[in-house]
Amino acid sequence: MEPILTKYVKQPGGASLDFYMKVGGYEGLRKSLGMTPDQVVDVVKQSGLRGRGGAGFPTGMKWQFVDKKSPKPKYICCNADESEPGTFKDHVLMERNPHLLFEGCLIACHAIGAKVAYIYIRGEFYHVQQVLERELAKARAAGLVGKNIMGTGFDCDIFVHRGAGAYEAGEETALIESLEGKKAQPRLKPPFPAVAGLYDCPTAVNNVETLCNVPFIITEGAEAFAKLGPEKNGGPKLYCISGHVKNPGVYETSMHTTLRELIYDPKFGGGIRGGHQLKCAIPGGSSVPVLLPEQLDIPASFDGVASAGSMLGSAGLIVMDETTCMVWAAQNLLYFYKHESCGKCTPCREGGDWLHKLLVKIERGDGEMRDLDLLLSVANNIAGKTLCAFGDAAATPVLTTIKTFRAEYEAHIREGRCTLPASWRASHPVLAAH
Amino acid sequence: MSFHPLMEYGAGHHQSARVLPEEGPAFAFTAANLAKLEEICTRYPAERRKSAIIAALYLAQGQQGYITLSAMRAVAAAIRCSTAEVEDIVYFYTMFYTRPMGKHIVMVCRTLSCALAGAERVTETLSQELGLTPGETDANREFSLLEVECLGACDRAPVVGVNDDWHECQKPEAAKALIDGLRASGAASLTGCHLKVAGE
Repeated sequence: MEPILTKYVKQPGGASLDFYMKVGGYEGLRKSLGMTPDQVVDVVKQSGLRGRGGAGFPTGMKWQFVDKKSPKPKYICCNADESEPGTFKDHVLMERNPHLLFEGCLIACHAIGAKVAYIYIRGEFYHVQQVLERELAKARAAGLVGKNIMGTGFDCDIFVHRGAGAYEAGEETALIESLEGKKAQPRLKPPFPAVAGLYDCPTAVNNVETLCNVPFIITEGAEAFAKLGPEKNGGPKLYCISGHVKNPGVYETSMHTTLRELIYDPKFGGGIRGGHQLKCAIPGGSSVPVLLPEQLDIPASFDGVASAGSMLGSAGLIVMDETTCMVWAAQNLLYFYKHESCGKCTPCREGGDWLHKLLVKIERGDGEMRDLDLLLSVANNIAGKTLCAFGDAAATPVLTTIKTFRAEYEAHIREGRCTLPASWRASHPVLAAH
Repeated sequence: MSFHPLMEYGAGHHQSARVLPEEGPAFAFTAANLAKLEEICTRYPAERRKSAIIAALYLAQGQQGYITLSAMRAVAAAIRCSTAEVEDIVYFYTMFYTRPMGKHIVMVCRTLSCALAGAERVTETLSQELGLTPGETDANREFSLLEVECLGACDRAPVVGVNDDWHECQKPEAAKALIDGLRASGAASLTGCHLKVAGE
């Protein structure tokens, strides 16, 4: 498939306003401003666009739920807090195609009747924020953002809001809390942001890639978008491939592409690094179940990956070869979840730490067989028992690796060390004890 | 009165584990920073100044290098909220420092994709080279070494952040080169983000 969102990412000057205008930029906005907000929502609904942040919720429906009759102002919050381990697609879009994001934000604002969009960018993306601010100033000067856009009387502003290092801010209600100047902790839902979001006003929170798809839908039509992919999984999709592949990177293709193609096709991942074989892959960022090599002949679509018992999530495909110790991998991820837990719900705040301690114990060689049942018990008492999906995400690496690689855990416990001969960790006692 | 008959005062039960922020030297925002903050506040509804609290803390940290109690008070005054609310934010978000940091804050990403590419060994070699364990700052405040979570550039693993800049594909054996480069020419020695296209 010919790239749509990332067509010009390698072009020198491709991120500038001049270049964007030369290749038909802001035409989607112009066209949408000639439509009523309801018409815009309808087109997006017909296209079947699903949120690219992780949950895959239909974007048109999300916009439709926004309470337009409310006398309060409405807001668009763009979730640019990309921090799911293994995900780096929004980074590319924002740095190399910022005006596409602005155009998507403006169309979304028109659709829900908002006058302001906030782009919540993670604190670590300082250099990306510089690009956004620079290009935003140019768009404002050109009359594309601000008052009376394109002379149509439509007023809409976009502001970049920088976070300060919190994975939890990627959850939509936590993002809203953070934007209000509080700790990034999730809210109890309902009410959903569509009713009471930012400043208690109706709000839609959309991922960067989701909003970047909107201009294409408006200019080319819902049908053109939908037919790019399988049914209910239309449009272009960005995949982030990392780990033990020859060519890690961001690749844009249709959701007809299979996971195996993404890993092995020379156009994409290019296969496993020299002399090694695939052990398993995590298809959607660290929070989703692992898939084995024989499970990869499925379309890398929301529904395709779900049919194999995992999730497309944020499309962060992490590939691991046979040298990877799964106890170590789970321990690495649980350190992440323990560190990033916002602390609001007890199961996640306390349980994450317990899981990590148990995994460290096994990794260190002091594990006992009963620890496996304890791990499962603790993990099952986190999943589904927290305000946001973080709890499930933290439990998943443990549940999925024990389910799929139980023998490896048992060998680890029996031998008191990592049994993988090829693992470089096994030959580094200092690290194995870390 | 004691909280519980079996929990006597002075037996350790009532001691808070809360770490109090350092008072630090007297802090006041520079006029330029105050003006910048006022400009940022205009992005939010007038009654929602608190939205600018993170921005205000970045300005304070940029001015002094780290956040003290004195700086928290200045931020609270500028945002018109309580100092406790500011303290809450400072301790929640990882990018605010409450103690003096080195000139170069070296942050090694330790999450899975980078770890698969050997990030642990990068930390180990940097640690040996600098004589610091992660979390420490050297005596003359030249370097701080930190381990951080996923930086969002997993295709260029292992990634090392230095202050607001990036260094990609850091090989464990090149730790000395990274440190020497920073000593000699600062951020100019880093690879930066590979997405930058020449001529922009």
